[in-house]
Amino acid sequence: MVKVENISKAFKNVQALNNVSFHAEKGELFGIIGPDGAGKTTLFRIMTTLTIPDEGAVFINNRSIFNDYMKIRKNIGYMPGKFALYQDLTVEENLNFFASVFNTTIEENYHLVKGIYSHIAPFKNRKAGKLSGGMKQKLALSCALIHKPEVLFLDEPTTGVDPVSRKEFWDMLYDLKKMGITIIVSTPYMDEASRCDRIALIKNGAFIDVDSPANIINNFDNILIALKADNMRKLLKDVRKCRQIKSAFAFGAEIHAVIDSDNFIEEISSQLKSLDHKNIEIYRIPPAIEDCYIWSR
Amino acid sequence: MKQLLSFIKKEVLHIIRDKRTILILLIMPVVQIMLFGFAMTLEVKNIRVAVSYQYGDELAEKITARISASEYFDIVKTINNPLDIASIFKTENIDTIIVFSDGFSSEIYKGGIPAVQIINDASDPNQASTVTSYISAIISSFQNEITGRNMPIHINTELKMLYNPELKGSYNFVPGVMALVLTLICAMMTSISIVREKEFGTMELLLVSPMKPAYIIISKIVPYFIISTINLLTIILLAVVLLDMPVRGSFILLMGVSFLFIFVSLTVGIFISSLVANQAAAMLIAGMGMMLPVMLLSGMLFPLDSMPKFLQVISDFVPASWYFTAVKKIMIEGQGFMNITKEIIILTVMLAVLVAASVKKFKVRLG
Repeated sequence: MVKVENISKAFKNVQALNNVSFHAEKGELFGIIGPDGAGKTTLFRIMTTLTIPDEGAVFINNRSIFNDYMKIRKNIGYMPGKFALYQDLTVEENLNFFASVFNTTIEENYHLVKGIYSHIAPFKNRKAGKLSGGMKQKLALSCALIHKPEVLFLDEPTTGVDPVSRKEFWDMLYDLKKMGITIIVSTPYMDEASRCDRIALIKNGAFIDVDSPANIINNFDNILIALKADNMRKLLKDVRKCRQIKSAFAFGAEIHAVIDSDNFIEEISSQLKSLDHKNIEIYRIPPAIEDCYIWSR
Repeated sequence: MKQLLSFIKKEVLHIIRDKRTILILLIMPVVQIMLFGFAMTLEVKNIRVAVSYQYGDELAEKITARISASEYFDIVKTINNPLDIASIFKTENIDTIIVFSDGFSSEIYKGGIPAVQIINDASDPNQASTVTSYISAIISSFQNEITGRNMPIHINTELKMLYNPELKGSYNFVPGVMALVLTLICAMMTSISIVREKEFGTMELLLVSPMKPAYIIISKIVPYFIISTINLLTIILLAVVLLDMPVRGSFILLMGVSFLFIFVSLTVGIFISSLVANQAAAMLIAGMGMMLPVMLLSGMLFPLDSMPKFLQVISDFVPASWYFTAVKKIMIEGQGFMNITKEIIILTVMLAVLVAASVKKFKVRLG
């Protein structure tokens, strides 16, 4: 459905995208995971025909972004990173406008947006600028869906939205997926990766891995341990000095580190004790997507 | 078509929702007409005059009476002691003092050369020179009456001011305000409303939609075209009713030229919007970049003929200066279509160039 082939794009002296390729099948929920500035938005703009790549090609349902961009535009839904709504128009006026832009009406495709729009329908006479982040997100999604697109491009739809709305949002994407809509979604939140069918990890404009979240975790071929102690700042310094530890990063309330063998855990523990650390905890943990991202090539 | 209509409806909603802006748009021409018409007048009126002559001087008193009868002058003080003259500018709020020489009347009857001195507060040089010529005119007409045919040689210069015998300032600034208001509303508001879509990211969505670029432009233009027309009619109505402006030529021709100018300004706005990325820049370029040339280089405030050559050349590229000339010709001189073909042709060429440039600059993809 979406075929991206060797896309490269540079802005002045920044290589925004470097030889990126992937394809997503019909009805697939494909995630592009990476931090801000990794090149996600540039990739989305190329896929939605807004920007021309320096090299490579993109086909949306076998239509080229170069020659058939008008046809592509009729058949995709796009939700830019910043909720692009008319702040001074009401919820209903916004949805109506975007429906008419695509030559359709709310009534015609209401079944598509019903699950989403019903959340904000009670506020339909409120100005879009006065909505909360979660409601803006739902309205923007409704607007992107109202013309029954084949593919939905969602650029960081959950950024700046509360955790409850984020969870609701992913549930909605599942419903859309069931209707056969292909969804390409980007997010900087690694914990959302597991909700995608397949993901691409993007770092400095290049894909470092494209696979299902489970496979990416299975392919993590290091031994990952978590460390805790009373003085975390000193702990990180000392851990990085341990010769058994290949590399370590602060990870929320813990330190995650990679070692070559399970046997090293005891050695590291005694070494830290000798450095006056109190309440040391060291245990082996299964990797998460974020670990895979950090320790990727 | 339905697409276009709903887009126009959206634009109208934007304008109506922003109550402050719409209020400013509709009231601005009224305020400008009032300001230029009543407050910022360049005409000289209510000049405060003091006169000094020897007590009982018959002819000096007659001249003084004439001066005071004119609507331009108020005689606020009569001084009988010339020594007070130096201090009177400081103590009283006086613009001009007229000093008649001692024995003014008797000098005239004797056939001698009487003297009148006019002392002006020249801190405003324009006003000072206007006042001097007014007073000289009154005195010389009086002189003609009393000397009459006795003078051996007498050349009487008779001035006739064509089209504007009363030298009203409004004849010049009403066309100026028309050019100014139409430029501001069309160029500034259109460019701001397009750039706002860029700033809020909605332009990205509109580009991704199958909406034709022409529709986006047309729907941006239509509401401001309507507002400009309302403003145009307001200005003409106020000018005719309050300022006694004539519309000597054809009203339809006047509206026709105005619509042409409105389109030129709207395209200027679209062109500006393709150059800048945010509303502040659009406002600066359209506001300052358009308003100053219109005010300074259209001939509205300063006559173009007395400007340096290079400024005259620049003013030839300001659409407003051609519109200004055309409006004056139609409203005041009552000229017909044949006499403003030059202005119409130049404005049309400008429109064509701007449309071509804007179409070329409008991008179907993101820059």
